[in-house]
Amino acid sequence: MGEIVVDVNDLSRSFGTKDALDHVSFRATVGQVYGLVGANGAGKTTLLKHLLGLLRAATGSVRVFGLDPVRDPVGVLSRVGYLSEERDLPEWMRVDELMRYTQAFHPTWDASFARELLETFGLDRSKKIKELSKGMRAQAGLVAAVAHRPELLILDEPSSGLDAVVRRDILNAIVRTVADDGRTVIFSSHLLDEVERMSDHVTMIHNGRVTLSGALDDVRHGYQRSRVRFVEHFDQPPILDSALAMDGGGRSWSVVHSGSLEQFRHSVLALGGEVVESRDATLEEIFLARAGRNRQQVEVA
Amino acid sequence: MDIIINLADGVPIYRQIVNQIKYLVASDLLLPGEELPPIRTLALQLKVTPNTVVKAYDELESSGVIHGRRGAGTFVSDGRPVLAHEERQRIIEQRIDALLAEAHQLNFTADDILRMLRERRAAMKSGTSGEPTELRRK
Repeated sequence: MGEIVVDVNDLSRSFGTKDALDHVSFRATVGQVYGLVGANGAGKTTLLKHLLGLLRAATGSVRVFGLDPVRDPVGVLSRVGYLSEERDLPEWMRVDELMRYTQAFHPTWDASFARELLETFGLDRSKKIKELSKGMRAQAGLVAAVAHRPELLILDEPSSGLDAVVRRDILNAIVRTVADDGRTVIFSSHLLDEVERMSDHVTMIHNGRVTLSGALDDVRHGYQRSRVRFVEHFDQPPILDSALAMDGGGRSWSVVHSGSLEQFRHSVLALGGEVVESRDATLEEIFLARAGRNRQQVEVA
Repeated sequence: MDIIINLADGVPIYRQIVNQIKYLVASDLLLPGEELPPIRTLALQLKVTPNTVVKAYDELESSGVIHGRRGAGTFVSDGRPVLAHEERQRIIEQRIDALLAEAHQLNFTADDILRMLRERRAAMKSGTSGEPTELRRK
């Protein structure tokens, strides 16, 4: 494993009585893409804001490039690119002013790269931010986030509410960041198929807790989705070892389960059934199962 | 390059890429000396992380299917190849497992399936059905 870029240790944070982050640990190494998944309000944005020094760690520690982002914001932020979910850009600025403004904070600003991106996106430099459509705002925010070629790119729900063209621009930025320069990307998304494709590692956050974290292939390999047939008719989901979510009825059930397949077969057999088919579960199936919505449709199209 | 990623089939994405490139080479759809897309291009086309493509190319290189990774591009190696017996068996077994599972669901026995396989093959040989074109499309 390469150099550690982000190291979050046992971070907790509450807003009022609500635990926003509950003993969260998270680590990112250089050159990898990290996907953060979780329901709205699970704590993804709160975690990302800690990395940027926008929130101070109440307990636990946060290090980015070995630095504390609250105590050394310049040392951290000059090396980070960030696109927030709200794309909170200064409304009154024109696009070219936003570029100059952002450039001032970043000695590594690559003006020709910024120009190339603006042209690719067809962004009018003389337009005010407040006159831009949602997609164009995201594009402008993206240029501001990547044109200094940051060592760490942080994207909070980058695809949220965008059409396919702009989503592709975002993916393009992720791919470029990693493929050309071996830099690191952390992005949060509720689009699980996007995370499954675009991430090397995935971290699942549920109610402020990390419920699952690891290399994507390992995570997927740890869960199976099996189709099961019983002789007997079940009105309620039968109790099976290591089953996390079950869907179906009567004699046929789809089950998302963890652990060894052998053990699972055994517990199915004990109830007079057989496993018809098994495969590694998709991230979406694992997510729904781990989010505890056991009655949710497991069958995802 | 015609590669399709299917998230729901339970096979890791890098392995899907490896299998499909091996298949393209084995079936002459990719020819020796032909250049493969750069990592960034293929990653974008498939909408996957570049590291997944790197992993797939690394594996293809170490099994001799492609060469020349560093610098000047990636090319398909000479010599027909490459699908070891074990590999071919694994690919076809995946198909068979899916077929048997579906057959089971539709209440066909394994013997029914064997009989139907023979019938289909006979039909294909005599050229009386449109099936071969259908197969080629896969």
